[in-house]
Amino acid sequence: MARVSYIEAGRQAVAEEMRRDPLVWAVGEDLGRGGVFGQYTGLADEFGSDRISDAPISESCILGAAVGAAMTGTRPIVEMRFSDFALCAVDELVNQAAKARYMFGGQTRVPIVVREPIGMWRSSAAQHSQSLEAWYAHIPGLVVAVPSTPADAKGLLKAAIRCDDPVVFMEHKNLWPLEGEVPDGDVVVDFGKARTVREGRDVTIVSWSAAVHTAEEAAKTLSGEGVEADVIDLRTLWPWDKAAVLKSVETTGRLLVVQESVSVAGFGAEVAATVAEALHGVLKAPVRRLGAPRIPISYAPPLEDEVRVTADAVAAAARDLVTRINR
Amino acid sequence: MPAGQSTRASNLNIERLKAQFGEMCRIREFERAAITASTEKLVLGAIHPSIGQEAVAVGVCGNLKRDDIILSTHRGHGHTMAKGADALAMMRELFGRAGGTSGGKGGSMHIADFSVGMLGANGVVAANINIAAGAAHAIKLKGEDKVVVCFFGDGAINRGPFLEGLNWAGVFKLPIVFVCEDNGFAATTRTHAMTAGGGPAARAESIGIKAEIVDGNDVVAVDEIARSLIEEARRGTPRFLLANTYRLTGHTSADPAPYRAEEEVQERWLNDPIETVRNALVRAGVAPDELDAMHRAAEAEMTQAYETAKATEWPETALAFADVQDIGDPREEAF
Ligand SMILES: Cc1ncc(C[n+]2csc(CCOP(=O)(O)OP(=O)(O)O)c2C)c(N)n1
Repeated sequence: MARVSYIEAGRQAVAEEMRRDPLVWAVGEDLGRGGVFGQYTGLADEFGSDRISDAPISESCILGAAVGAAMTGTRPIVEMRFSDFALCAVDELVNQAAKARYMFGGQTRVPIVVREPIGMWRSSAAQHSQSLEAWYAHIPGLVVAVPSTPADAKGLLKAAIRCDDPVVFMEHKNLWPLEGEVPDGDVVVDFGKARTVREGRDVTIVSWSAAVHTAEEAAKTLSGEGVEADVIDLRTLWPWDKAAVLKSVETTGRLLVVQESVSVAGFGAEVAATVAEALHGVLKAPVRRLGAPRIPISYAPPLEDEVRVTADAVAAAARDLVTRINR
Repeated sequence: MPAGQSTRASNLNIERLKAQFGEMCRIREFERAAITASTEKLVLGAIHPSIGQEAVAVGVCGNLKRDDIILSTHRGHGHTMAKGADALAMMRELFGRAGGTSGGKGGSMHIADFSVGMLGANGVVAANINIAAGAAHAIKLKGEDKVVVCFFGDGAINRGPFLEGLNWAGVFKLPIVFVCEDNGFAATTRTHAMTAGGGPAARAESIGIKAEIVDGNDVVAVDEIARSLIEEARRGTPRFLLANTYRLTGHTSADPAPYRAEEEVQERWLNDPIETVRNALVRAGVAPDELDAMHRAAEAEMTQAYETAKATEWPETALAFADVQDIGDPREEAF
């Protein structure tokens, strides 16, 4: 085990996979100089400019070309810089990458990884802060990965690169500097296997990406008050670990979903509905979601903070769920 | 221009031209059968015939090897057949039947046969351009001796991927030929009315991709120019071909195309590329009977394909759940 940052973990995953498979290559704007966040630093030196390939500012072509290159036997890692810019390539992702295998009757596959950094990050305002993971979870054909730790950033990215289907890989910009233990060796994290962040019997808190850390912080506070939360990090939204969530809620009887993204029509709704459908008789309190209000993200910090789901809010919601039944 | 005048009579390679004539007849008869089937509600989704545009498909694809790659548009039957796809499998696909090129999952608009390097017709105008650039990119990365041809309509040049894909090909010096078929219309609109500036060739040139313009109704002319462009592309110089042609039917088989004058269409039928090549062959001494027999053989083949497709069973419904993705079971998520 070594302590590495989230950004370095991703970099290692790319490097190791590129060493392992000569058909893996990366393409995006400014990759030669290491990518906007430095997540490709040094890779061009090792692999050359053909495999760490600088692209024109042409999101639609970056993604479309990756689809064509994937259908003809290579495995592109597509860098979208900010998930917000990937919106310029929605047709390529949703109509082309996600559909080609199916609509051509299995004649082809599209093994691409689309890296789309998400989330709020230092007053980046409305066009550089979005978390649109739920959009992609809705699209048949796509895998959606939302790692919260360096270990998962590495293990899931390796899985994504090896996956034969298109993967939307959403790193959280605020997590880039986060350090954590990353297992040595070629460790691949399977899609659809949630991580238990901490165990508890009183309430289940389901989360993903950066919000996991908010949930964890809240759980620590709650623990000090004698409320033990079972905190689950989904790691991937498609596939998602329904079994782990249901198992936990069967024990706790209470569910709180915590997400940074807009609550309305978010993935939390999917989790909440699934639990409500499957465990109606077991629930001790109504399921609860915490997410952002349906407003764009502001530039000024106090306004930005208005949409932020804080650890205090999570703790308060969990407390409410627990006390409700005890009343 | 009356039929038969545009193909130069001298230096014709008669055997090649006969083969091209035969292939054009096959495409024409395939689409005729498909239109009939569409009227009879045997082909269910929209079909976009390429009647009148066969010379482009045949002239270009005749210069490609089996493992060269093409991509096409919603109007892709001709390109697919010219690239060597099996007509019966294609007909089954149009009918949505088992044994179709995509197992009945794509239909006419997504006709594809990867076994002959046909990477798919695309239902989104211009989307194939970027994908084609990527296929050429992969060829270059892998050091393969292959070339990509991307067919699209004149309407596609007004979407972003046209600029993006051509720029990409130019930047990375990819083995690709872009073939723009200007059939005069984008759906029901005359494309020229919606296009500022000098049109497809001028736009390609502005990106630094040298463009040629050809009479797309003259298979000999298309064949010649395509051969040289494909050779250049193989050496890493992306090229552009504007083929001027005309869509003799409506936009879809269900479109009576009232937005154009009857006289205009009648006049254009006089420039039917199949008649043109037939006249050239007759002038070069080929017996009309022989050509008629070839055309009838094409007709018989497609009638047979129609009958066989009609008698073919539907795909098993379980296949609706196949080939979504490796992960997860879509059945579990349903209902
Ligand atoms: C992005 C997009 N917008 C609109 C359509 C609807 N549409 C289908 S075909 C077509 C016209 C295309 O014209 P052109 O590219 O000239 O090809 P042609 O039909 O003439 O072969 C349109 C507008 C579409 N399929 N995709």
